[in-house]
Amino acid sequence: MSKILVIAEHLDGKLNGATARAVSAASAAKPEAIDVIVLSDAPDSIAAEAAQIDGVRKVLTVARAENAHALAAVLAPQIARAAAGYTHVFAPSTTFGKDLAPRVAALLGVSQVSDVMTVEGSHSFKRPIYAGNAIVTVEVDAASTVVATIRTASWPAAASNGSAPVEALSVDAALPSHTRFVNLQQGKSDRPDLQGAPKVVSGGRGVGSKENFEIIYKFADKIGAAVGASRAAVDAGYVPNEMQVGQTGKIIAPELYIAVGISGAIQHLTGIKDAGTIVAINKDGEAPIFEIADIGLVGDLFKILPELEAAIGQ
Amino acid sequence: MKILVGYKRVVDYNVRIQVKPDGTGVVTDGVKLSANPFDDIALEEALRLREKGVAEEVIVVGIGPADLTAHLRNGLAMGANRAIHVQTADAVSPLTAARTFLKLIEKEQPGLVILGKQAIDDDANQTGQMLAGLWDRPQATFASKVEIAGGKATVTREVDAGLETIEADLPAVITTDLRLNEPRFIKLPDIMKAKAKPIDVIELASLGVDAADHIKTTHYAAPPKRSKGVMVKDAAELVAALKQKGLL
Ligand SMILES: Cc1cc2nc3c(=O)[nH]c(=O)nc-3n(C[C@H](O)[C@H](O)[C@H](O)COP(=O)(O)OP(=O)(O)OC[C@H]3O[C@@H](n4cnc5c(N)ncnc54)[C@H](O)[C@@H]3O)c2cc1C
Ligand SMILES: Nc1ncnc2c1ncn2[C@@H]1O[C@H](COP(=O)(O)O)[C@@H](O)[C@H]1O
Repeated sequence: MSKILVIAEHLDGKLNGATARAVSAASAAKPEAIDVIVLSDAPDSIAAEAAQIDGVRKVLTVARAENAHALAAVLAPQIARAAAGYTHVFAPSTTFGKDLAPRVAALLGVSQVSDVMTVEGSHSFKRPIYAGNAIVTVEVDAASTVVATIRTASWPAAASNGSAPVEALSVDAALPSHTRFVNLQQGKSDRPDLQGAPKVVSGGRGVGSKENFEIIYKFADKIGAAVGASRAAVDAGYVPNEMQVGQTGKIIAPELYIAVGISGAIQHLTGIKDAGTIVAINKDGEAPIFEIADIGLVGDLFKILPELEAAIGQ
Repeated sequence: MKILVGYKRVVDYNVRIQVKPDGTGVVTDGVKLSANPFDDIALEEALRLREKGVAEEVIVVGIGPADLTAHLRNGLAMGANRAIHVQTADAVSPLTAARTFLKLIEKEQPGLVILGKQAIDDDANQTGQMLAGLWDRPQATFASKVEIAGGKATVTREVDAGLETIEADLPAVITTDLRLNEPRFIKLPDIMKAKAKPIDVIELASLGVDAADHIKTTHYAAPPKRSKGVMVKDAAELVAALKQKGLL
């Protein structure tokens, strides 16, 4: 029987929602037990949140000053130690998990299954390759530890009705000092989080400038949506990098995605394939985005967005 | 200082990938192949560090089949001093690639290894992190800015929350994100000059790398298609359609 260790992601003392999605994927493998591990300098409040995730047997905490920041070189040796006795190690496929999990896998001497979309069996998974243009089924040898990252857009977050016990774990691993955290520049925004929001409005190169992007923010606020962007919009400096949606940005699955002034390049579409309803607003009726949009509207965004606001009313 | 650069050949990013009807793979016959875009960025960054005097030698590395030579010549034409071709006819997993790089590191003793953050064929995003783990050295993944001074790298990383800066003692592994730089174009005279630059060919089997792959791909499928939807004629119709779906 399988035992799965899920690595908790957290920032500023709060558990990241991606963790509960990784637990969902773990549950799909029908294991005997799912444990969550929290590595932090102050893990208690994070562990308390993780303990509520449905399906979790227990939460393990590793409290060390060195764990104040999520440096893969520091965390990986501890997780590799803690992984003894587990058949699987799962992490969310966020920049945190992508950075950390392969280093853990290497220490365990195994390859990794990246971006798990579906669990077909305890050792069989589906994952995307070629920017999602092909989906492969992979089988991991029964004898080796399965290290996997979980494509968060493919999994709902497990509910929070649980109350698993929290256990402190001391791992005896020598930690390197060759890698040091300097700082994190966080985008500060009162808008919903791009990765978890049910509605997202994204702007592309068609928006034209940083100043013009106000029209996107204004419309998003009107409908309570998070704001995203194409890579072209980020590269042109209209918005910061953490807003990028797509193959090399965030992969999201909102109920409603509204693409404004975005042409619909493959690398952008990869990021929104799982959205419930895709709306495209573009002045070019031939834009590829209309091939996949559920609802399309051809026209000038600077005219249409104010009209939409007026039509929505209140 | 020497810099080793990962230089993988992949299906060009503009090609529309087709899955073979029998599910055994994707169509690669007659399809345009190019350097992995992230590896062009890795090479560009290495060349800039050499131009700044931080590094003396830039070595591009390709692990793959016998016909990789022309691809590695492109890396030489872009400006690398020499190339290493680790030859194998088998598919190379990220773990095998990482173990292979480790062998080359033992031989070449580079101060820096720059790889792409992901290869756009397998989209694995693993090799650099694995290499750094096996080597027991720092990793700075998803780099959008790199500064080297005083035996350490200060790297800005693109993370979900924003931009993180870390400091790493050299030697270290850096993986590139798209915004790190814009790779230069190869000029015709450089293609001629590249013909004289050396390419070392090494058999993967001769390196003593454990190339066993414990993950097997058993089936390839096309992704579920999103069907073309409806067009509405104005803002009022759009709002009505969204209200009907309960989305507004
Ligand atoms: C390896 C790799 C990875 C990549 N990763 C990503 C990624 O993660 N995310 C991503 O988005 N891209 C990514 N890209 C880039 C991608 O290929 C495209 O270049 C990019 O998505 C284009 O952005 P865009 O649609 O905003 O710009 P454009 O393609 O320039 O489209 C702008 C659109 O705006 C429309 N428009 C202009 N003015 C108006 C107006 N007034 N009203 C209405 N419409 C208007 C135009 O008709 C046009 O369709 C990647 C590329 C590579 C090579
Ligand atoms: N066969 C290979 N030859 C050269 N470089 C490679 C190879 N495989 C992986 N790499 C390097 O590792 C990076 C990440 O690859 P991956 O982990 O497969 O997504 C690539 O961008 C390359 O720099």
